[in-house]
Amino acid sequence: QKVTVDVLDHLERLALVDFRDSEGVERLQKAIQFADQLHEVNTDGVEPMDSVLEDRCLYLREDDVTEGNCTKELLKNAREKVEEYFVAPPGNIPLPKLEERETYLQSS
Amino acid sequence: LKARRLCFQVSAALKEGHVTPTELCQRCLALIKSTKFLNAYITVAEETALKQAEESEKRYRTGQPLGVLDGIPIAVKDNFSTAGIETTCASEMLKGYIPPYSATVVQKLLDQGAVLLGKTNLDEFAMGSGSTDGVFGPVRNPWSYSRQYKEKLVPESHPEGEDSNWVITGGSSGGSAAAVSSFTCFAALGSDTGGSTRNPAAHCGVVGLKPTYGLISRHGLIPLVNSMDVPGILTRCVDDAAVVLGSLAGHDPKDSTTIQDNFKPFELPNLTDVSKLSIGIPKEYHAPGLSSEILALWSKAADLFKNAGANVIEVSLPHTHYSIVCYHVLCTAEVASNMARFDGLEYGHRSDMNKSTESMYAATRREGFNDVVRGRILSGNYFLLKQNYENYFVKAQKVRRLIANDFMKVFRSGVDILLTPTTLSDAIPYIEFIKEDNRTRSAQDDILTQAANMAGLPAISVPTALSERGLPVGLQFIGRSFQEKQLLTVAKWFENQVKFPMIELEEVKRHDHGVFQHHKSASFS
Repeated sequence: QKVTVDVLDHLERLALVDFRDSEGVERLQKAIQFADQLHEVNTDGVEPMDSVLEDRCLYLREDDVTEGNCTKELLKNAREKVEEYFVAPPGNIPLPKLEERETYLQSS
Repeated sequence: LKARRLCFQVSAALKEGHVTPTELCQRCLALIKSTKFLNAYITVAEETALKQAEESEKRYRTGQPLGVLDGIPIAVKDNFSTAGIETTCASEMLKGYIPPYSATVVQKLLDQGAVLLGKTNLDEFAMGSGSTDGVFGPVRNPWSYSRQYKEKLVPESHPEGEDSNWVITGGSSGGSAAAVSSFTCFAALGSDTGGSTRNPAAHCGVVGLKPTYGLISRHGLIPLVNSMDVPGILTRCVDDAAVVLGSLAGHDPKDSTTIQDNFKPFELPNLTDVSKLSIGIPKEYHAPGLSSEILALWSKAADLFKNAGANVIEVSLPHTHYSIVCYHVLCTAEVASNMARFDGLEYGHRSDMNKSTESMYAATRREGFNDVVRGRILSGNYFLLKQNYENYFVKAQKVRRLIANDFMKVFRSGVDILLTPTTLSDAIPYIEFIKEDNRTRSAQDDILTQAANMAGLPAISVPTALSERGLPVGLQFIGRSFQEKQLLTVAKWFENQVKFPMIELEEVKRHDHGVFQHHKSASFS
């Protein structure tokens, strides 16, 4: 079963990363094919494993402020900033629809 | 410099004043320059290294070195944050990024007086098994230029000439492996998510240790797969690995996935009696594609233990065949999540696109990530879609438990250590390697190493012998959780038995002023 253009478009929006070309789409197809081998394994009654350290308690430290006051340092790595703010382009504007976007998927 | 090989020996030389930290640092920096063609380093921190060497020298002069690592030149893979030193992960996304803090493991080494020479090259964001897919180009295996490899080369009909025969380092910590292998540093940090420390260690003829998950802090290691990543240690001998492990292991309040047990650094005993050891040989590791050469070496190693009185038995890890598939799903899923932080707002590359946050993020990521990274992000997102979550992600998590259980069963049956090959073959030429894409290569090359990451177990690759082509082959030992002392003790015994030959490099010979240690004693193959 090939992945539909709708799903590919959906993935580009979720990931905010593009397929770039037919190779990219092929790559995903192959990845899915590869992953499908998992279904050969019988996992009845098996619990999913999140972490190999599942039998231990995570360390929780005291809720004390131990570091901070490094605004200058942190802002050094940002390209766009104003005073102590990171500057972002306007939000609440959805990514253009497939037909209006510059994406390889348009042609497929 | 006879003492160039071991941390311990050079440490003694520093203490006795036979060599100073500054001399040592300068020699390493000069060697880095003359081995530039290896492309092992992305950033060489010459000024800060010399300063650190100076500080170390002061301490030695007043008879107060901080420890064995004081003044020892080291290198760090470029996916560890180093305060004030560019950290790129070999990606456009982080070119020019200067972290405001150092990874815990880096800080620990610096606190012990180690001299940080620079950041080593890798596959972009540690995704790959060749160290060929980073924006700074591929790393060349130093053994490509060794007498041992060159004399075995059949005059090829390559029109490109001599230079096309160079072989890969393996990956993704290829730069670190090459750096240690070519004597430009005494130890290097790598990372290991699916074998990224052990694979290049095997190909470059150095020791590559993957510690138990939770033993060493990941704070500052730019994450790939949070549930499997560990910092890896690359050295020229097992004793050195134990020393570095000793300075790095232990609980870190900044990494809540480090265990809280007290860790005591240890010195490795010189094991003489292996009769109480039970060595397991997992039959599934006789994987398709395993070269007959490596199969023979593996068999020889098993016999070595048997003849020395150890109990060597065949065991089964039945889900081995599925571990690479499982890894593929879990890895891409965690990658999809971890790479989401790169959006251009707070650090790293930022696109000029300014229409909206969404389009800026998309353009930034379009410009910053290579095909491999983008491919894994998209695959990961696919497996995490609501309609796929149960069938792929959760399914993979269940298979992960089965894989981990396989190991538990074997260790519970009395086996102490597992012995397996590390790689399917010796290092292949770069022009061969690039004929297949990254995902295919990774799937092939990780097959013997990544199950240990699935189960969180400690594993080490020890250089064993040279192949017919004159290239290093390593064998892998996998141990029980948090039993690094036992693992390294056995590895050290094995290392002493096989007496792996030293690499003979022109550049190194020149720097040595004629004092070059040859290992004439019987070697393993």
